Amino acid sequence: MSEPSPPAGIDLHAQQVRKFWLQDKIFHHATQLFAFVVLAALVGILVSLTIEAWPSLKAFGPSFLWTNVWSVPDDEFGALAAIYGTVVTSVLALLIAVPISFGIALFLTEICPVWLRRPLGTAIELLAGIPSIVYGIWGLFVFAPLFAEYIQPPLQALLGDVPVIGGWFSGPPIGVGILTASIVLSMMVIPFIASVMRDVFETVPDVLRESAYAVGCTTWEVVRNVVLPYTRVGVIGGIMLGLGRALGETMAVTFVIGNANRINGSLFAPGTSIASTLANEFGEADPGLHIASLFELGLVLFVITFIVLAISRWLISRSMGSEGL
Amino acid sequence: MRTFNKMVLSTLATAVGLVFSISVLAADITGAGATFPYAVYTKWAEAYQAATGNKVNYQGIGSSGGIKQIKAKTVDFGGTDAPLEEAELDAAKLVQVPTVMGGVTIVTNIPGIGSGKLKLDGNTAANIFRGAITKWNDPAITRLNPGVALPDLAITVANRSDGSGTTHVFTSYLAKQSLAFMREVGAGKTVNWPSNAVGGKGNPGVAANVQKIKGAIGYVDIADAMKNNMNFVALKNRAGNYIVPSQDAVADAAAGANFKVKGMAPDLLDQAHKNAWPITSATYVLAYEKSADAAKQKGVVDFISWSLNNGQKMAEELGFVALPANVVKMVEAEMKNIK
Repeated sequence: MSEPSPPAGIDLHAQQVRKFWLQDKIFHHATQLFAFVVLAALVGILVSLTIEAWPSLKAFGPSFLWTNVWSVPDDEFGALAAIYGTVVTSVLALLIAVPISFGIALFLTEICPVWLRRPLGTAIELLAGIPSIVYGIWGLFVFAPLFAEYIQPPLQALLGDVPVIGGWFSGPPIGVGILTASIVLSMMVIPFIASVMRDVFETVPDVLRESAYAVGCTTWEVVRNVVLPYTRVGVIGGIMLGLGRALGETMAVTFVIGNANRINGSLFAPGTSIASTLANEFGEADPGLHIASLFELGLVLFVITFIVLAISRWLISRSMGSEGL
Repeated sequence: MRTFNKMVLSTLATAVGLVFSISVLAADITGAGATFPYAVYTKWAEAYQAATGNKVNYQGIGSSGGIKQIKAKTVDFGGTDAPLEEAELDAAKLVQVPTVMGGVTIVTNIPGIGSGKLKLDGNTAANIFRGAITKWNDPAITRLNPGVALPDLAITVANRSDGSGTTHVFTSYLAKQSLAFMREVGAGKTVNWPSNAVGGKGNPGVAANVQKIKGAIGYVDIADAMKNNMNFVALKNRAGNYIVPSQDAVADAAAGANFKVKGMAPDLLDQAHKNAWPITSATYVLAYEKSADAAKQKGVVDFISWSLNNGQKMAEELGFVALPANVVKMVEAEMKNIK
């Protein structure tokens, strides 16, 4: 660049700086705006849910949360059965999915031959891309009948007479129900949890891993004492991601949970979840308490998800603090 | 290049001209509402457009939605399975006419018992669907079925989990047969099913549950029951005959009904005709008595009367039942009120 004269040059320089400063300013405000749009949407959803749910909030008060009634003909609504179904299916799904995902991630990062890593890893990521309605249809038409025929009767024969546990497996083996929904859900969250776990396991520096092997640690000892402590935050994050997905899953659960608005001690019995109740009843709900109660259910799901997120943040920050990271 | 631009421009101009001329010639009409008649309305709309060039859009958003939209004046006609009552029609200044009929069937999955082999009367069916009878070899059922070997198998009730007109029709019938059913389960689009019930989404969801669960009993509309080749229950009608559901039996139920009431919505349940299928219902269209847009009002009338006179076969192929000829005449007379 040719500079005509010193004063003009200084002027040019100042202009340039001014231009950069302005660009920065615009950029700053633009990104800030985008971030606030998200916040505004969040608050907007919360406010509009509350407004729509107001008749139900007023009619039932906080007892909505622990009332086990969902009767459209009598205009009486309580969320307990739906909350129970949502929490039980999600927790069961995690109980099944976490050990399996852990095994998958462990195999892929520590044990698997290098040539097999890529195809296996891609297959798991592909599983995550299957639309949930496909899991639902598969669950209803393929899995549930096989489950009723070959898994439920032996389970009942084996555990039916054990006190307490026996009650979980009582009732006619009909295929659809809480346990079926949990199993289908677990299959849907495994790819999410497994791929996050694999990614964080790969971040462990080879130096750490190799020194542990060098002092004679077995694979399990390396994982237990080196990999897991190093990646705790990421592992918790992956599990919470899975839980978030399980709580809000709608179509697949609607297909296989059996859609019955009641609480039954048996895991073989049909139940309902918040998301499946909304999917089932929203389309034809009459104005009034019914639709307001459905909105309140949505609000409850919103709050549950928020609590899960808050707990996971707290867990992460606590473990980061103790690691001194 | 310039000629090319000219060509593009002239093509665009022609296209714009075409669009305008079409919208001037025909008033496209839009309807929304019940999902039950969605298949037949879209079929009719397609054939009607092929025959007349006029376009009809119908969106299946549910009966409640259809009533809401027509009252909010966002559509040209609304569809509903549950007819509006006289007072409501007068208040909203709406005309209501039936378009097509259907039947709800009871279907079962009992090993060894084929279609039409199991006989039930209304009261026993109500006791099964309210969970008072829980085994297939219950004396109440065996008494109606001498000579049929009913197994010692638990009954699972398969119901619709989504709010639906099919449930409304079915529970209204059972509630008429049994006060206990009315009290415990209720009648409506969403009701309180007993503890041995499993919910499925839509007619296909119920059909799947019945076919997969041994000992299941459920209710689906005739079209879905036929499509899935399901096992029907023969149900005792008011005349005392056990009827296996069919399109003819639904038509017989309408033959004896009196459509000469405001809103043209007589109760078609449990009709007295000797061959009538007891669980029969019609679906309805709602239109404005008066509207500023005369072209659209005429469009609605034209579409319905064209469909009723030319669409019977299409309706029957889809598992619906066409209105009897005398009722079609009455609908046409009633539509003179749509101005």
